[in-house]
Amino acid sequence: MSAGEKVITNPVKANAGWKELPIGGIIPQGGTARGFFTGGWRSLTPVWDAEKCISCLQCWIFCPDMAIQVEGGKMVGIDLDYCKGCGICAAACPPRTAAIKMVNEGA
Amino acid sequence: MVAPLKQLSLRPDRLTSGHRACAGCGFPIALKMVLMSTEDPVVVANATGCAEVCTSIFPYTAWDVPWIHSAFENAAATISGVEAAYQSLKRQGKIASDKTIRFVAFGGDGGTYDIGFQSLSGAMERGHNMLYVCYDNGAYMNTGIQRSSATPYGASTSTSPAGKVRQGKVQYRKDLAAIMAAHNIPYVAQASIHNHRDLMNKAQKGLETDGPAFLNVLAPCRLGWGFDPKNILDICKLAVDSTFWTLFEVEDGKWKLSYKPRNKVQVTEFLKTQSRFKHLFKKGNEELLEQIQADIDAKWEELLERCGANA
Amino acid sequence: MAVKQKTVAESHAITGNEAVAYAMRQINPDVVAAYPITPATEIVQIFSNYHADGLVDTEMVLVESEHSAMSATIGASAAGSRAMTATSSQGLLLMHEMLYVASGTRTPIVMPVVNRAVSAPLNIHCDHSDTMGSRDSGWIQLYGENAQEGYDNLIQSIRIAEHPDVMLPVMTMTDGFITSHGMENVFLLEDEEVQAFIGGFKAAYPLLDTDNPVTFGPVDFTDYYFEHRRQVFEAMVNAKQVILDVAKEYERLTGRSYGFFETYRLDDAEMAIVVLSSAAGTTRFVVDQLRKQGMKVGMLKLRVFRPFPATELVEALKHVGAIAIMDRADSLSGEGGPVGAELRAAFYNEEKRPKAVNYIYGLGGRDVTIHHIESVYKDLANILETGVVGPTVRHLGVRE
Repeated sequence: MSAGEKVITNPVKANAGWKELPIGGIIPQGGTARGFFTGGWRSLTPVWDAEKCISCLQCWIFCPDMAIQVEGGKMVGIDLDYCKGCGICAAACPPRTAAIKMVNEGA
Repeated sequence: MVAPLKQLSLRPDRLTSGHRACAGCGFPIALKMVLMSTEDPVVVANATGCAEVCTSIFPYTAWDVPWIHSAFENAAATISGVEAAYQSLKRQGKIASDKTIRFVAFGGDGGTYDIGFQSLSGAMERGHNMLYVCYDNGAYMNTGIQRSSATPYGASTSTSPAGKVRQGKVQYRKDLAAIMAAHNIPYVAQASIHNHRDLMNKAQKGLETDGPAFLNVLAPCRLGWGFDPKNILDICKLAVDSTFWTLFEVEDGKWKLSYKPRNKVQVTEFLKTQSRFKHLFKKGNEELLEQIQADIDAKWEELLERCGANA
Repeated sequence: MAVKQKTVAESHAITGNEAVAYAMRQINPDVVAAYPITPATEIVQIFSNYHADGLVDTEMVLVESEHSAMSATIGASAAGSRAMTATSSQGLLLMHEMLYVASGTRTPIVMPVVNRAVSAPLNIHCDHSDTMGSRDSGWIQLYGENAQEGYDNLIQSIRIAEHPDVMLPVMTMTDGFITSHGMENVFLLEDEEVQAFIGGFKAAYPLLDTDNPVTFGPVDFTDYYFEHRRQVFEAMVNAKQVILDVAKEYERLTGRSYGFFETYRLDDAEMAIVVLSSAAGTTRFVVDQLRKQGMKVGMLKLRVFRPFPATELVEALKHVGAIAIMDRADSLSGEGGPVGAELRAAFYNEEKRPKAVNYIYGLGGRDVTIHHIESVYKDLANILETGVVGPTVRHLGVRE
């Protein structure tokens, strides 16, 4: 899935006028930042090798952007809508597994 | 003890994607681990700082738990009000008696060691049922890397820059965890983001402790420290292996060491990974490095003694 | 339909602080977070006795500073509880940062403030410098003349603050020592009457509703901040009608009537004093004395300073020839005090307006005597007679 394909609801209408906004600066729903895609910040991209992956979830626990996708306890991919390309996942991947490589997007 | 990672991964994210911390920032790692450590509902208060700014840019919130920010110096006081409301409403039967909510405050070292120090001390002394978590990156990173009382000796910051006659900060760090322990609260601990099991076990203990708890977490800032973000875990490991940062618990007044490096590495191994210490390696500054090593050694000995872990 | 005014025998001889603390007990807030400061200390002290005797359901948070008092109160209010605090002077100043957060976050906190001078030099006695310094913080401000008004304003404030059209914090003032420690006859409502009047508090987005997580106090960039501030403006404007509606309902309950201000012998007055709080008592007495001598004098006692009832004040005062605006605070603009500046500004577009002078008086608890007030009316008479206004800012009762 790429940025923009996700449907993330936000009860605050973009650029709403003062009459429409909830008062007090309240954001009346949790996790609306999922609607803000930070993937565009990336210069290095993690490339995940499903064959090598042992689903130890070291990448998942350390990812600062909650971009490692895990289903039923198994790693299934990396959400590039949010991944900022820091490389922590690749560094956290056990050296003998080495299932994630960082590649230069421009290259 | 927190559940294994596979089980934790089934829990919904409480801190979500889409926040705007720098790539490879330490604080989201600390915060997500803390929130993951309990399944009980939590309410969070956040001091002004990177964690607050990056996660709550209207109308995008990265918090999928109730969250409040009110100012810089008062996360502890703010959450103490929330907790007091909970106690009051629960006593009055307006909240179900079987519902347990945990209360957490997050602050950086500026908001905790410095400007929020009084508010934190007050909340700890009053005995609120809360966990205060300091994500310590050793400077005012949000405003552009100014020195705080958590900035280590010798670090170059924008207000303690290394220049021709001064070599970075000339004071040592405040020992905040010890000060918190001196409040005689039930639980104080120090953790680092690279050791997730240790961090989450401590967070869980702190959250589920009856009464106030304080957790100090090493959460490096790639910009303020000057390193390639992929190295963050290695740098944290060097911090604890050199005993620059120590892992311990103080449970009901009893100090307990959580980690003792098998081979204590020289602090220079840690310092040289970051550009904020670069100037210390210039010719003529050898004495400063020795001084830093001596200070770290002395503090380590002191900690071992407190923990009764002198071998 | 006014209720029967109670007789003096049915009143209670209590101090201003006792009256305010008594109202707080009857309000029975869920949370009180407070820190001691003279002359407001007693309010929380007396309330603590109620708490110790199990007369309230309140959770007390006895904090280490006023900054934390307001912070905890904001937290408690955002959590979904009814939260209060009380303070004075330096304490209010230490809260200053958080006052803006309380109004900006739209937490309907109610806070009695006992007016006291601010340092330096240190002074514990009455003037209005503390709350006048908070006038732009987005709090509704109600000034009370005496213990009765302190009591009545506090109870009404709960309804005003929590009204969905308002949702702004309210501070209610009494004069330090003069009212706070002076004993008066005060008519008190029954506990059940107060509870029925204020009703329960139901927050729209309580933090403690963990099934529906909300974010309080986010960051606004240039794209939303202005809209959020515009909402606060609207709420302050809305507060005007709500203040009047609540007052009307309160009058039905008590027989005591309130509005934005009280006028005294103003209808045919040629000269008038505009004053806040306890000095109105002295002024009322002087008005009666001078009326006996044939001077057409009157008084307007301002109760609501925020929102500022500009239109209504103009309507009430435009027929008067000369007014003296009394400020127990100096905004140090070199042009007088805050009430003086705002009231004169209210008249700016009016064709017909009174000549106006501004008096700074009573700073640091300096006594305001009958002679002082008489001298003000005499000054006004002189202005009317000569047509010369003279100095527009004057200091009353200060040694040269």
